[in-house]
Amino acid sequence: METAVFIIKGELLMQSELLSMNGITKVYPNGIVANESVDFSIRKGEIHALVGENGAGKSTLMKILFGLEHPEEGEIILNGEQIQISSPNAAIDHGIGMVHQHFMLVPSLTVAENMVLGSEPKKGLYVNLKKAVAETKELAEKYNLIVDPTAKIRDLPVGIKQKVEILKALYRGAEVLILDEPTAVLTPQETKELFEELHLLKDQGNTIIFISHKLHEIKELCDRLTIMRNGKSQGVFNVSDVSEADISRLMVGRDVILKVEKEDADPGDVILDVDKLTVINDFGKQAVNDISFSVRKGEILGVAGVEGNGQGELVEIITGLKQIHFGDVRICGNNIKPLSIKEIRNLGTCHIPEDRMTYGVAESLDIEQNLLADKHDSPEYTGKFLTKPKVIRENSLKLIEEYKIKCGSPLQEVKMLSGGNIQKVVVAREFSSSPQLIIADQPTRGIDVGATEFIRKRLVELRDQGSAVLLVSADLNEVMELSDSLIVMYGGEITAYIKDTKSLNEEELGLYMLGINRQSPEEIGRAIHV
Amino acid sequence: MFKQKRLFELSRTILAIAIALLIALVTILFVSEEPAKALSTFLLGPLKSVRHFGNVLEMMIPLLFTGLAVSIMFSAAQFNLGAEGAFFLGGIASTYIAVRWALPNVIHPAFAILLGGVVGAVFCGIPAILKVKWNASELVSSLMLNYVALFLGLYIINYFLRDVNAGAMVSYKLAESSKLIKMIPGTRVHFGILIAVLMVVLVYYLMYRTRWGYRIRLTGLNSSFARYSGIKTASVIVLAQLLGGFIAGVGGSIEVLGMYRRFSWQTLPGYGWDGIIVAILARNNPALIPVGAFFLAYLRIGADLMSRTSDVQSEVVYIIQGVMIVLIAAESFLAHYRHKLVFKEARNRST
Ligand SMILES: Nc1ncnc2c1ncn2[C@@H]1O[C@H](COP(=O)(O)OP(=O)(O)OP(=O)(O)O)[C@@H](O)[C@H]1O
Ligand SMILES: [Mg+2]
Repeated sequence: METAVFIIKGELLMQSELLSMNGITKVYPNGIVANESVDFSIRKGEIHALVGENGAGKSTLMKILFGLEHPEEGEIILNGEQIQISSPNAAIDHGIGMVHQHFMLVPSLTVAENMVLGSEPKKGLYVNLKKAVAETKELAEKYNLIVDPTAKIRDLPVGIKQKVEILKALYRGAEVLILDEPTAVLTPQETKELFEELHLLKDQGNTIIFISHKLHEIKELCDRLTIMRNGKSQGVFNVSDVSEADISRLMVGRDVILKVEKEDADPGDVILDVDKLTVINDFGKQAVNDISFSVRKGEILGVAGVEGNGQGELVEIITGLKQIHFGDVRICGNNIKPLSIKEIRNLGTCHIPEDRMTYGVAESLDIEQNLLADKHDSPEYTGKFLTKPKVIRENSLKLIEEYKIKCGSPLQEVKMLSGGNIQKVVVAREFSSSPQLIIADQPTRGIDVGATEFIRKRLVELRDQGSAVLLVSADLNEVMELSDSLIVMYGGEITAYIKDTKSLNEEELGLYMLGINRQSPEEIGRAIHV
Repeated sequence: MFKQKRLFELSRTILAIAIALLIALVTILFVSEEPAKALSTFLLGPLKSVRHFGNVLEMMIPLLFTGLAVSIMFSAAQFNLGAEGAFFLGGIASTYIAVRWALPNVIHPAFAILLGGVVGAVFCGIPAILKVKWNASELVSSLMLNYVALFLGLYIINYFLRDVNAGAMVSYKLAESSKLIKMIPGTRVHFGILIAVLMVVLVYYLMYRTRWGYRIRLTGLNSSFARYSGIKTASVIVLAQLLGGFIAGVGGSIEVLGMYRRFSWQTLPGYGWDGIIVAILARNNPALIPVGAFFLAYLRIGADLMSRTSDVQSEVVYIIQGVMIVLIAAESFLAHYRHKLVFKEARNRST
């Protein structure tokens, strides 16, 4: 392997590099070396993938390129000249744009207004909105990224928001576009569309850096890839020269099997019973509309759907985060309407929240204390008055090891972990409470292949030990791979119930998700067990 | 790594203090005819006699209580500034018991202090309830209520407890049985200092070793997460402020019973505000509250001595104090230097 890398690198030098980062070293204030003498370079007009485990240093490297972080060592060369990127504005001046994993749009403004934010065309003292709309339209047509410039961001589905983000970068003159995990939230159709658009951008001479944990996407879309591991570059490869298995081996250092080995489910009694549930959301919109289904002991029920079709509200009600609803939700036969979050948790419910930074952790608290949140008053960890530091430490060391949380010590603050490792902290805590009912909302979002494999295996293990699992995921592979049965949600309603997930293909599922196809009420009614 | 970080925090604080002292020095050089004498009184005066050092300890006692009170409320991210009013009303309540009731020796002060605490708790509880019920900012309501506390207290003194034979508006003499005994001969340091030390230990354990402290800290750091974890955040918010008020009220009672013959405050004594400074210096960590309180008390006494024995006004101390707090509270002061240290350390480790 070593020689292969070397040869490719040798060949590289002959080709002209548009941009290269040489010997980049970045040490965070807490002493973590996120990048260590990393070389990274891209050619004009290519789509270049950047892959690596959680915490490998991908985001850090890209933040350096976009001027959000500053390296201790190393240089950045653009078109043969060394440049300093001191801030995002400087990056933009050099034609570098970045689309962050979490959207940075103002929900109450229109597409055109968001586009021009910060560099508005003026008409006297006023913003020339007409011009903004016209420019947006023009740009959108040029790159075939079709959006309505006058629509408000908050009314748009995620797929379109993503397009707006990309357009926004292009509007500012980006020729090198960094996309940090852009496909995590898209349907297969949307992903396909995005790929076509990216190809078009590439054909027009733009260069794209693409970060993803989904290797099949990289095979499909990218020309070359750089693999990172532990803050170091593992080398550059032509995508056509390496298989998915090769990539994950280089990333993780061993073979990864994402295909979950699982027996057929052997469902027992009903654990979660949702009965004619209707939820009005904060904007007065009917977010969940009269749905009924149940999840039994020892089965995984998947919920597929484009984000924002009522899944979020459904989860909020079941976990008690939101209380007001019509209809009934019963967990192990207990109606949860009058129960507090604590009481719902005491019924054996655990919850992996979709938004880990808001609900999953307290950033400035250490890992150990974060792992304790739901158990801080259980007799195992606290006596009559005082907590038991020894037991707590044992528990945190055990979980850190079991879930391979990459950290310096249990006393490290959570905000200093990489995205994927923060997710592992949440999952470790929730799975370790011997749950009856697991509500897993995007459990592997932003997690690398190795960790994804691990978490999926754990979910199946927990199922086999008798937990009931409700799995909400925007990752279709995941729902199809993991669920025993699944329901599809569209517009707050269930559009399909698939009893045996194996009998389904992605295309068909996509049609249900977009509300184009819909099963009969009788078919959907099979989701209710007694 | 963590040890190193702590060491850095410590040296940073010391450096901040040194810079502030330097500014003090320059200021004194400007305003004083005899700067050497003034400066030495300021810095060393409190150490020169038992009585003066006693003054420092005396002043530390109320600061310990209000510092703890504020740190608990701030830990829950509740910016309740009612420690001032709670301290004042605590003093009023115990004055009432000390003047009007006849109780045996130990029981008399114990009961007075307890009542002072309860009054303080109720006082700081009001903004808490307003916050939880109607989402009113505790900062604004507690600030306003401090003045209510002042005038309510003065009213009570004036109409129920005032000794008309004394010249000023002061209460009757506190009963001997209600007073706290003196601890160190030649000073006025009283039994309250032991209660204060005990309180520091208790609060430390409460915050870091019990479920209630955990809930307070978690709610303060991320209340959505606390709620998700099953914690009743509204009760925690109220609890933190009741506790804070209680401790401030106890502090006020102890101050009156330990230091005074009659209740004689005509205005808010300011220990509540100082408690905020102490809590900030200690970064809300109960274990560091004594350090912060000692530091502030030392500064105050030194300045007082200087203004009495030299031509420098005690106002100068406020300048020094301000600079120091800004420097210490500013997270990024010297951050650049610290980063270099970290980088070097990481480099050494990897090679
Ligand atoms: N602000 C920060 N302060 C301290 N350490 C940090 C900070 N941000 C990231 N790190 C650390 O730097 C390392 C690299 O993090 P980075 O976010 O670049 O990883 P990543 O490859 O993007 O991972 P992921 O796939 O999980 O997003 C991690 O070990 C992380 O703990
Ligand atoms: Mg990342």
